[in-house]
Amino acid sequence: MRLETVANPSLARTLGFPLIALAATVVLGSLLAMLAGADPFATLGLIVRGAAGSQFALLETLNRATPLIFTGLAVAVAFRARLWNIGAEAQLYAGAILTVLLGTGALEWPSAALWPVMAGAAMLAGALVLLGPAVLKVRFGVDEVVTTLLFNFVVLLFVSMLLEGPMKDPMGMGWPQSPRLIAEARLPRIVDGLRLHWGFALAIIAALIVWVIEARTTLGYEMRAVGLNRQAAEFAGIPVGRVILKTALLSGGLAALAGFSEVAGLKGNLTLDISPGFGYTGIIVAMLALLNPLGVVVSAIFVAGVFVGADSMSRAAGVPTYIADIMLATALLTMVLAIALTRFRVRWG
Amino acid sequence: MSDEQRAQDVVLRLDGITKRFGALTANDAVSLTLHRGEVVALLGENGAGKTTLMNILFGHYTADEGSVELFGQPLPPGNPRAALAAGVGMVHQHFTLADNLSVMENILLGTRPLWKIGFDRAAARARIVQLARDFGLAVVPEHRVGNLSVGERQRVEILKALYRDARILILDEPTAVLTPQETDALFATLRKMVAQGLSVVFISHKLHEVMAISSRVAVLRHGKLVGEVATSQTDRRQLADLMVGAEVSPPELRPASPGPALLTLKAVSTADHGNAPGLKALDLALHAGQITGLAGVSGNGQSALADLIGGLERPLSGALVLHGETARQWSPRAAMAAGIARIPEDRHKTGTIADFNLTENAILERYAQAPFAHRGWMDWRAARDFAARVIERYDVRCPGPETRIRLLSGGNMQKLILGRAMEDAPRIILANQPVRGLDIGAISFVHGELLAARDRGAAILLISEDLDEIMALSDVIHVIYEGRLSPAFARGTASASDLGGWMAGHGFGGGAHAA
Amino acid sequence: MAEIIDILLSTSFWAAVIRIASPLIFATLGELICERAGVLNLGIEGIMVAGAFAGWMTVYSGGGLWTGVAIAMAAGMLFGLLHGTLTVPFSLSQHVVGLGITLLATSATYFAYRLALPEVDTPPRIEAFERSAIPFLSDLPVVGHALFTQTPLTYLAFALVVVVSLVLYRTPLGLALRAAGESPSAVAAQGLSVTGIRMGAVIVGSGLMAVGGAFLTMSAFNSFFFEMVNGRGWICIALVVFGAWMPGKALLGAVLFGIFDGLQIRLQQTELGADVPYQVFLMMPFLLSILALVVMSRRASVPAALMVTFNKGER
Repeated sequence: MRLETVANPSLARTLGFPLIALAATVVLGSLLAMLAGADPFATLGLIVRGAAGSQFALLETLNRATPLIFTGLAVAVAFRARLWNIGAEAQLYAGAILTVLLGTGALEWPSAALWPVMAGAAMLAGALVLLGPAVLKVRFGVDEVVTTLLFNFVVLLFVSMLLEGPMKDPMGMGWPQSPRLIAEARLPRIVDGLRLHWGFALAIIAALIVWVIEARTTLGYEMRAVGLNRQAAEFAGIPVGRVILKTALLSGGLAALAGFSEVAGLKGNLTLDISPGFGYTGIIVAMLALLNPLGVVVSAIFVAGVFVGADSMSRAAGVPTYIADIMLATALLTMVLAIALTRFRVRWG
Repeated sequence: MSDEQRAQDVVLRLDGITKRFGALTANDAVSLTLHRGEVVALLGENGAGKTTLMNILFGHYTADEGSVELFGQPLPPGNPRAALAAGVGMVHQHFTLADNLSVMENILLGTRPLWKIGFDRAAARARIVQLARDFGLAVVPEHRVGNLSVGERQRVEILKALYRDARILILDEPTAVLTPQETDALFATLRKMVAQGLSVVFISHKLHEVMAISSRVAVLRHGKLVGEVATSQTDRRQLADLMVGAEVSPPELRPASPGPALLTLKAVSTADHGNAPGLKALDLALHAGQITGLAGVSGNGQSALADLIGGLERPLSGALVLHGETARQWSPRAAMAAGIARIPEDRHKTGTIADFNLTENAILERYAQAPFAHRGWMDWRAARDFAARVIERYDVRCPGPETRIRLLSGGNMQKLILGRAMEDAPRIILANQPVRGLDIGAISFVHGELLAARDRGAAILLISEDLDEIMALSDVIHVIYEGRLSPAFARGTASASDLGGWMAGHGFGGGAHAA
Repeated sequence: MAEIIDILLSTSFWAAVIRIASPLIFATLGELICERAGVLNLGIEGIMVAGAFAGWMTVYSGGGLWTGVAIAMAAGMLFGLLHGTLTVPFSLSQHVVGLGITLLATSATYFAYRLALPEVDTPPRIEAFERSAIPFLSDLPVVGHALFTQTPLTYLAFALVVVVSLVLYRTPLGLALRAAGESPSAVAAQGLSVTGIRMGAVIVGSGLMAVGGAFLTMSAFNSFFFEMVNGRGWICIALVVFGAWMPGKALLGAVLFGIFDGLQIRLQQTELGADVPYQVFLMMPFLLSILALVVMSRRASVPAALMVTFNKGER
């Protein structure tokens, strides 16, 4: 078998394969539900209702989407320049640490001054966490996939150390958790009484900014060139190493905003389980969005919906929540295959 | 020999082979026979369908119509092993060798059933040595292929075929990368093979070589077999006419009027990169209004010199003098700022970004300057205008500036690269293998542009492995060997065989003959 | 310092080193086979999780120990088949597919675990492989007891290093596999199927990764719990680089890693360990792996066609 380039894919081709991929994911979900002894249609219905069936559900989904938009953007930006940042998890925690460090009383400033400083410091921390692997890649040619993955474990252990040591909440009854943020440091809700905080708005703004950077700036052009053909970029005089480092700073900073937003917007303090793998899920979000920053918003909401819906379904129908992770991993694999099939035609023989 | 005898002698018969790719008919009812103990030359320019025909023989493609017969047996289509098993060996233009494996490992690859264990290495080695001796193909089985010269690699490729008892050997453009002396050695090997009853298909577009080695010539044009003649009954003129379909006229040359040196290298050395030698205290001056040709066997420092002038590599020692001033900071951007236009060796890997459209590719070397960028913001309208200008002036055939460049033919891709480099009427032009793989129309277009630039007063460095191209276009010729440069030969003062001697390292003195 | 020397001289320490190294040897060999054929398999972490569960579950449901190993291997090969299909003939990004396989294998395992044992808080233990001493050899001083009083799976791991070396360097299959990772066009020119060779390598390699995971549940912890693989797969990828893609050196790397990991576990229990947070010790294996990557990346000879897709018909 071999693949031939399709010069001008038809609309049917462009839409058909991704739709088949989604359908395959849903079918697999149904099969899993049956395996768990539940009615597949009822299960899927419960997932949809749990994700978007009520105002509460919808806002819960948007809340869950917020960190995913940030990590999705972080991954999308990095993958665009073919910087394999699998360390969004670590960068998220780095951002969370700085948020706690500055937001628990170290700076007793009014909110308008405190928020940008906290967010900026968080971004800086996340950027620096990714700068390490990026420098190793540019200077020594060390594969960043493995280093960013390994850094996730190091940073998580570091957080654990902080939460059992210097950053431990004295009032926490022995639990490994940080003190709570002061009131001025908390991100308020967008609408009073509704559980959606300003972190979500910040995420949308971030997506817009990233979109503008990619489409309209020389940095965006450079990132795309480096990602598509590093050798040609080098020949054309694009400072490849510097572009990769800039990309790393941007990507790490975006992932760190997820930590900032979760701590300052949703949770109010830092615990070890603040991220149930948002960094890794960001990869799914980014790939489903075809690395498009605006698409990331949509796919993050979709992915969050699956998680929130599966949580609620699991309580009602008893199907393990891991069904959501399986369906999303499947969506990731079928979607990359579908995208390839829109661009290439399979020939046998 | 009677006709009947000759019919029994047929080892390969291609009968009415037709292969279409969409609207393109790559092979149109091509029939060809090969007899025992003869060399048939398959002549045709790039894109004439030679490679497609061989890919059908080797089962990589399935023919839409027609059949293949080997030693009287029909060959099942679409099975890559069938031709090999029947005793056909192929030496591809781009060698199919694994650099990190030894000569012996490369030869043995695929010669035994994969699941077999237990093996007489000594016997296999002895057989390789014996074959090498019989056919004049000196190699050391233990050497790593990555460390071998181009000529040695070709010998390994031929040994690969002989080791599996090939009775038919197909050579695709085998002399493109050889010195004239190495070509003579190859021809000697081929004659020994033919004398032992092997048959050879020699694919080439070089007329004098076809005349020298073949007994029969088959000419392909636009996928059709347009002529088949006995070599003794024809001449170069007739073959050229058959190949191109019209008389070929060599590029018209006006006498050069050289001006001052625009770029001078003074005892420049650069770092080695693995097996690729760097420059060794090299002196070179590129004069305005003159084409300087750089001949040499590939892998002798051409890349190092191109990388240096292109800004990708910095001198370790020595000086690079531009327009009378020594360059301090050296980078691709500095090179372009100094007015150096660059045509890279590999248009797919370094010249263009396949998934960028024509607009994005057109501004690749100048995206950060006005009018395409202001304070970090792109002006896509200016970029599209520029691309449209290049497309029009350089006759780039494409659906439009928004087309991804991977969909263009090599010739049109090269025209875009040429156009974006030449748009500012550059004073210095670095043309590295500018016509490799192009068809005759595109070749004469590129050569015409280079000659026009010369007449306008540009200093041009033309790097090519094709000695004929160098000799046709250059006003002065240098030969590069292991990072060192021969003296300059003015047009007409050195013959091909003189230059071939230099290409093989003769005349450089001081340990140059280590190999 | 004296504490460290005491540790290094104890037989139980060396036994622990070998126990730590064994699962890594399986998985590292698996990854090495994939990469030698030209495919980076980032599914390793998830495949180890799946293997750990499959082996343990088989034994828990009454199957034999070796049946458990076989089932684990089969589970790994199944994920290998998926990985190979997507990355080899379809030429999809090996990074994305590998991570996707890790997510899929991990979540599918946890789903299956929850289905099988819905109400269980502490996972049950199984009768795992027992240690058996090899006569004479186990009587050698210091290392004898450590090396030769291990479970059969450990012996299998060490035997596999020899087998994989022999296959890679002494058989036509190994030559074809290495060539597929160095120059796929050379393989195709000889009429061999690059797709077939690479698929086979990924499937077999994934099977070995799963056995590495099964070692954890069947020869070390004797039980299955979440997060038990805990980055070991990623460490194995670093070990392949450290071992310069050679089985023998990779074994050396795994044992060295075992020494450092065993040492940090013991040091936690000394006076030094009381002063330093335990997390610092736990970080060491990961930091060491990163360090190993940095040091080795300069000299290691990467297979030339690693992550280079091969599609004969693209035009």
